Amino acid sequence: MWTSVLVAVVVLLALAVVFGGLLGFAAERFRVEGNPLVDQIDALLPQTQCGQCGYPGCRPYAESIAEGGPINKCPPGGESTIKALADLLDVEPEPLDAEHGVEQVKRVAVIREDECIGCTKCIQACPVDAILGAAKHMHTVIESECTGCDLCVDPCPVDCIDMVTVEPDIRTWTWTPPKSGLIATDRQGASA
Amino acid sequence: MTQLWDFSGGIHPPEHKDISTARPIRDAGMPAQLVLPLQQHIGDPAEAIVEVGERVLKGQKIADVKTGMGVPVHAPTSGVIESIADFPVPHPSGMADRCITLKPDGEDQCCQRSPVADYRSLERDEVLQIIRDAGISGMGGAGFPTNIKLRPPRDRKVSTLILNGAECEPYITADDMTMREKADEVVAGLKIMAWILRPERCVIGIEDNKPEAIAALRKATEGTQTEIAVVPTKYPSGGEKQLIQILTGMEVPSGGIPADIGVMCQNIGTAVAVANAVLEGTPLISRIVTITGEAVREPGNFETLIGTPIKHLLGQAGVNQDAVSRLVLGGPMMGYTLTTEAVPVIKTTNCVIAATAAELPAPPPEQPCIRCGQCAEACPMELLPQQLFWHAKATEFEKAEHLNLFDCIECGACSYVCPSSIPLVQYYRFAKGEIRAQQAEQLKADRARERFEARQARLEREQQEKELRRKERAQAAAEAAAKKQAEAEKAAADGQAVDERAAKSALVEQALARKKAKAQASQSPAPSAPPTEEKPDIEALEKQLEQARSKLETMQGMLDDAKAQQADNVEKLERAVAKNHDRVQRAEEALSEAREKLAAGPTESQTTH
Repeated sequence: MWTSVLVAVVVLLALAVVFGGLLGFAAERFRVEGNPLVDQIDALLPQTQCGQCGYPGCRPYAESIAEGGPINKCPPGGESTIKALADLLDVEPEPLDAEHGVEQVKRVAVIREDECIGCTKCIQACPVDAILGAAKHMHTVIESECTGCDLCVDPCPVDCIDMVTVEPDIRTWTWTPPKSGLIATDRQGASA
Repeated sequence: MTQLWDFSGGIHPPEHKDISTARPIRDAGMPAQLVLPLQQHIGDPAEAIVEVGERVLKGQKIADVKTGMGVPVHAPTSGVIESIADFPVPHPSGMADRCITLKPDGEDQCCQRSPVADYRSLERDEVLQIIRDAGISGMGGAGFPTNIKLRPPRDRKVSTLILNGAECEPYITADDMTMREKADEVVAGLKIMAWILRPERCVIGIEDNKPEAIAALRKATEGTQTEIAVVPTKYPSGGEKQLIQILTGMEVPSGGIPADIGVMCQNIGTAVAVANAVLEGTPLISRIVTITGEAVREPGNFETLIGTPIKHLLGQAGVNQDAVSRLVLGGPMMGYTLTTEAVPVIKTTNCVIAATAAELPAPPPEQPCIRCGQCAEACPMELLPQQLFWHAKATEFEKAEHLNLFDCIECGACSYVCPSSIPLVQYYRFAKGEIRAQQAEQLKADRARERFEARQARLEREQQEKELRRKERAQAAAEAAAKKQAEAEKAAADGQAVDERAAKSALVEQALARKKAKAQASQSPAPSAPPTEEKPDIEALEKQLEQARSKLETMQGMLDDAKAQQADNVEKLERAVAKNHDRVQRAEEALSEAREKLAAGPTESQTTH
């Protein structure tokens, strides 16, 4: 009787030691550097690096969200980003916090080149190195790389940077969803 | 007899092909203006290589793709380049795109052609280059550059070359008439492509509703190993993947291309274009277009110059403008409604339907899905149209993608059979477009992240380098001071007996050096706090003042120049000059202050020790 109890206890202890050891080893061996959640959140943010959320870039904001911060501070991402973040973190989506700005259509910065004095202030301000130029030479924005973050507009001493709305062209156009709304019995009325 | 397989699904819509097969191919004639879009195919748009006002000859290259995937555009006739601007192009969006417009001079003067009598004596790459330079892209649907398609990856050997003459879509008869009237050219083109690819088998697949075309091709291929496969009429047997399944029994893997299973499909029109390019040296400047529908009096097929406005073609076919209720480009199943007749014929334009209201009535209103499942039965790709519809409508694009939305060939069979008249294909196109846009955005965001991180890393590195340099400088200064001190001590020891005054000065010097060393040691990491006592410092300040003055002078010079030229940046420069004035003043103040301090220097240094 006692021997079987003893055997059971010993076996359980042995199992505990083995699995504890395994888990401890795995924790050391497969340690993940940094917080993987931050990467996942960062991947959902629009990467404009505009700082409208109050953090110096998208990654710092992702870090703050990972620590439980609010998810509604990103105006460039807008509703869709909030929804995606809510899905990822399994929290309720909140409306965009207007304190940080409102959702706007996509824009890019354009330098009025004949007015540029070549001060390089905008180049220093651009978070994604999308402005090309050298001191005392004209600068220009690489449109395909511009995130529309606005950060170059303020530093310009001669106010020669415009934010231009990106119009859809034939290459970015996509089909619109079909308009539904009429029901069959409306047909006579609709054609009349 | 070629063995045939069947594909699942498919429909049998009314064909309406006899409307346009009654007349032989006619010449569409010369329009008053030709509009040549710079992008007529998948890939990168071409760049114009002619100037406005320049006279060009027939067949002259007027636009080319320098880098990237694409083929050149040629002048269809001789004339003068009128403009290079945005014009409406055949596109479902109805938007405008960059085009070259050409005013024909009526002379139709050709430029130098270089036909190849015996292409077999050339390298295969040379023939592919001829095909590229002739501007040939697939003339059936999407318009993939033919020279790229004809060079599959090395590890994908093409064992079956299929010429697609099925032409399953109602109304369209361009390929049918081409096969009837230009069978020899079709076969010649096929031979060239077969010579390039060296397949084991060449098949021409034709639907059994085209007996004349079958007879013509049988005659043209007599004595060759090319098979003529007569396939049962069923829409969409002319879809690339469907025809491959009918003729080989193999399915193209999801997301793959036919070359993955050793098959390649080419269009009838493309074969003719290849034959003309290689054997006659004629680039792709015209194609066969079907003009049909009940609103035209003389429907039929036209040999049309690329760039001919649809309006001109409709005029040739005797359109009854009042009867036209809808203009459809392409077939009734996969085509789209044109918003303007001004759009030109491009390399992929095969058919224009001028339909009366009775012929193509406005689609009935959409009703709720009743889950009848007819769409799933009709789908030739064996997808689940119902599920795709729900997910697309609810904008659950991920789920739609999971159900292989991108395998949908947008044939419209599901919409055709839907008893609730739901425009299913429109929903799929919408979903596909949204998914593509999201992917593009994601790609851009990823690139922005990369650039941002690279910039952060660079800034950090620069900061560290600066720090390092500052430390090095501080160390060097400390060493120099220590050396000086040692020398001073030595001098003091040597001169002990010599002069009391010398000893005194040495002491002072020693004290100074000690103080300097201390100040450097304690302040070195901080940005140079102005040490006030030393002479070199005065020098630095003097230098600074000098620099500020010279800067002010150049600024003043620039301002004078600007004023002389009445440039608009005078105000800007004036501000800059004022700023520099301040700077000079500040430098002067700093200098005089430093001088005063130096005068009081020795006593101060003594008090600190």
